[in-house]
Amino acid sequence: MMTSRSLRASAATSARTAVAAFAAMLLGSFLLYGVGFAQPQQIHDAAHDARHSFAFPCH
Amino acid sequence: MDLFRRLFTAALVAGVLSGTAASVVQQVTTVPLILEAEKYEVVTPPPVAAAPVMVGPVAQAAMAALAPAPSDHAHHQAAAPVREIGEGVPTTAEEAFQRLWTTVVANLLAGVGYALLIGGVMLLMGERVDARRGLLWGLGGFVAFSLAPAYGLPPELPGMAGADLEARQLWWFAAAICAAGGLLAVAFSRIPIILAGGVLLAALPHLVGAPHAESAAGVVPPELAARFVALSLGTAALFWAVLGSVCGMMMSRVVGSDDHGDDGF
Repeated sequence: MMTSRSLRASAATSARTAVAAFAAMLLGSFLLYGVGFAQPQQIHDAAHDARHSFAFPCH
Repeated sequence: MDLFRRLFTAALVAGVLSGTAASVVQQVTTVPLILEAEKYEVVTPPPVAAAPVMVGPVAQAAMAALAPAPSDHAHHQAAAPVREIGEGVPTTAEEAFQRLWTTVVANLLAGVGYALLIGGVMLLMGERVDARRGLLWGLGGFVAFSLAPAYGLPPELPGMAGADLEARQLWWFAAAICAAGGLLAVAFSRIPIILAGGVLLAALPHLVGAPHAESAAGVVPPELAARFVALSLGTAALFWAVLGSVCGMMMSRVVGSDDHGDDGF
């Protein structure tokens, strides 16, 4: 039988998991935006061949 | 915070290994074709400069004869395209090296970015993963982020005709996210309505249709473009296979050890 304490503990665990997972996904999305989508000329030029190779729309 | 650090470590290893593998393979597959395609990049002369300069009554008669057909399309065909080597084609060893290392860095960042995304979703789904199951996740990543967008917007070489960039980026993003959502629904749900919704979600961007150029007026030889599509997708498949399996292995070793124990499959 689950006590209220262990319920709270498991809720805290899943909240921590969710926060870590969403933080990772946010950071990952930011990196991918930079590599694949950002338009400033220098970023575009640096990532040019990678964008074409990964089939991101580039030009 | 500790959990995030472990997740980040797993994604870093997976991203660096997959990005490195992709970098090596790209240099002998897609990059040579990109450099080749840049030789075909065309700069058409501006309309005014392209118009024939004629004087005298004969020339005026000739101009009048030409006058009925100056539609954009006819004019575009009339103007002789000037072929120029693309600005980005490296001419010195230094430029070539810079182009190489910025591409490698971009590949590593893409690897870490995708690994953070996949690792985060793995954690949210809460299913135990290992290298073998990670390979399945990698296959899913390939389908969602390479195959599904390419189904509407084939991997393109420099100099190919395309619709407005922002429209293509938006469609690419929608196709990837919808395919990822659809795959997760099909993989993790047993509820028929959610399964059907997942399939519909994945199909939706393709039913709407990808934005394409009004006329296929690209300058890259079709043989080159066809080879690029195959090589690009093949390289992406390798990248995702490495990323998924390493991510799965690292997640089980670094992240999942607390919650799931060590019982193997």
